Amino acid sequence: MAVIPLERKPLSFAERTYLPAIASGLKTTLKHLFAPNITMEYPEQRPAIPPGYRGVPTLVKDPHGREKCVSCQLCEFVCPPKAIRITPGEIPADAPERAHVEKGPQAFDIDMLRCIYCGLCQEVCPEEAIFLQNQYSMTGYTREEMVNHKDRLYELGGTLPDEHFKWDKKLDAEKHGNAH
Amino acid sequence: MADFYFNLPLWFRLLVQGFAVIMVVFPIAGFCSLAERKVSAWIQGRPGPNRALPVFIAWVPVLGPFLQRLGIFHFMADGGKMLFKEDSLPGHVNKFYFILAPIVAMMPALTTVTTVPFGAYLDAAGQVIPLGLARVDIGLLAVFAVSSLGVYSLILAGWASNSKYPFLGGVRASAQLISYELAMTLSVVPVFLWINSPGMPGTMSLARAVEFQSLPGFFGGAWFIFIMPVAALIFLVSLFAETNRHPFDMAEGEADLVGGFHTEYGAFKWGLFFVAEYAHMLIGSGVFTLLFLGGWNPLPWVTLAQFAALLHVAQLPLVVGLLSIGIFLGKVIALIFFFMWVRWTVPRFRYDQVMKLGWQKLLPLAIANLIAYAIGIAVIQK
Amino acid sequence: MAQLLFNLFAVFTLVTAAGVVLNKNVVNAAMCLLLTLVGVAGLFVALNAYLLAFILLLVYAGAVVALFLFIIMLLDTKGDQRPGLKHLSLIARAIALALVAGGVVSFFVRSRLPEPSLGATPALGAELKLYAYQLFTTYLLPVQVIGFLLLIAMLGVIVLSKKFDGLEDIK
Repeated sequence: MAVIPLERKPLSFAERTYLPAIASGLKTTLKHLFAPNITMEYPEQRPAIPPGYRGVPTLVKDPHGREKCVSCQLCEFVCPPKAIRITPGEIPADAPERAHVEKGPQAFDIDMLRCIYCGLCQEVCPEEAIFLQNQYSMTGYTREEMVNHKDRLYELGGTLPDEHFKWDKKLDAEKHGNAH
Repeated sequence: MADFYFNLPLWFRLLVQGFAVIMVVFPIAGFCSLAERKVSAWIQGRPGPNRALPVFIAWVPVLGPFLQRLGIFHFMADGGKMLFKEDSLPGHVNKFYFILAPIVAMMPALTTVTTVPFGAYLDAAGQVIPLGLARVDIGLLAVFAVSSLGVYSLILAGWASNSKYPFLGGVRASAQLISYELAMTLSVVPVFLWINSPGMPGTMSLARAVEFQSLPGFFGGAWFIFIMPVAALIFLVSLFAETNRHPFDMAEGEADLVGGFHTEYGAFKWGLFFVAEYAHMLIGSGVFTLLFLGGWNPLPWVTLAQFAALLHVAQLPLVVGLLSIGIFLGKVIALIFFFMWVRWTVPRFRYDQVMKLGWQKLLPLAIANLIAYAIGIAVIQK
Repeated sequence: MAQLLFNLFAVFTLVTAAGVVLNKNVVNAAMCLLLTLVGVAGLFVALNAYLLAFILLLVYAGAVVALFLFIIMLLDTKGDQRPGLKHLSLIARAIALALVAGGVVSFFVRSRLPEPSLGATPALGAELKLYAYQLFTTYLLPVQVIGFLLLIAMLGVIVLSKKFDGLEDIK
């Protein structure tokens, strides 16, 4: 790499008085004085959330309104800060459509004071049941308030489109005799 | 009305005038702090404070939200906060001087206001009579003398805080203020050489300077900023340094001194320092307006008397008085805006640069300017 | 009213002047000096010498005492570290006291002050010009001599305080 020594031009008298520089600076700031504000006034205006944003983790339901989580506890296992606590429960046999799924979460708590929004739970979930969605503002007055329970998680998550309907297919296959 | 006022006992009039000073300076200084926040915000592309809204204004349909957006009521909110905050007194300070310092800051700020004429009216004979609280013949000298006492508040605050950053701030402030006082005083001497022409009684009165900028003729009507641009420049730069404003706010310098001399202060004591700073700005801008910007004359070569005649109000002293006060205050506010504008334009100097500028640039320039104008004025007024 | 103010300022000046001498804390002493100067300025105002009063404030109260405080802060002197009285300093004090006493006594016994005539007191506006005129005519030589003295003192301070690389150059 060649080093090219540049001769620095001596400053002219006008430049040494520092005044033209101040004048041009004043011009710039005056331009900014009349320029439109670039601040977003937050509570009234909300930012547009880009796709792929990792907000608060939530549980979602499939388009038929059934809960997708089968409480396999993979997310609990993978969660680096151990924010997720799942109490597995059985799906009662009196729901024939769902009986073959066998398990669903009895309780599902995510402690948002521990969560680091890494998205590993979403990545690891075999059922595509947990998603980090657009919710970015988690506030609460007590520690207890900052723990999202199951109903709150479903309320936040809502329903997302599903392409697989994995358990429906399994049920179909079972009915038609080619279960693996 | 006026007769009734002048028939009141002297002590009562003095009391009224004293209260008038406080009631004018405090709100204007408060509004300056608000304007500072707002102008800073606009220059930085922010909307600035725009939330506070008292209940009784919220009912006014269009004006209320407009004033809210303008942040007018943050002035009250700020003042209220300053008043009701816990006024803590750190354990390691020298209590007497610690409490004394903000009081000392306010005293020269409020005292100098009295010597600055702020308007004029036309008497029956068409003479321009300046308005002011105290008509001292040595006007400018009084302003300089009393405002130079303001340095003690910074020194005392820095020293009494008994902590290293405020101390450094106090030391810097004292050195800086003394350095720039010289250039400032020398820069206005040409103005007074010009207005103390032979055959006239000698005067340092600020009103006299305005009178000289409202004479007929090309040189008579020109504001002194056109006749003496170098003097005006030196005065303005020194004014920035004397009022501890950017780019000369070495005494605060939050980047290197935490908060400077008022690091240990909070609540209303801290607020007093800022009211004093804005009051100094106000008075400095007023003096600059009177000396170089034609005082209460609306435009160069257009005097107040001509302007009043144009509006057909020359016979109404009260209207002319209010008009002149309006013009004067307009210029002062424009200058204060300039202070804020410069604040967000020029980065803070380093301390050695401040000293170099003061002693090696401005002082010789002021002396050279003085000599040049002394010769020029001697030739012209021969 | 004026007489009352004069007396008030006189007492104030004397009390604060005593404070300068008696205070052990240097900063307190400097602040007392400041108040003394303000008191003297008040005396001048009571005597209608406004110009003198404000020049006193501008130069002494505004700059000189500020520099005193500046130096005190820079040196960080602690109060109440008085060295014990030596014999020499005792003798010096006695001589100084005797000189002051002699001066005061001679002032009262021998002095002839011209009676002030109120009619001859110049008007305020004229005083400024008169003052300046006197400075540049009658008292031009003393002003020049004092100016020169101060210049030499300043140069001396610069020479003493600045570290020159080659001392041979200035010798």
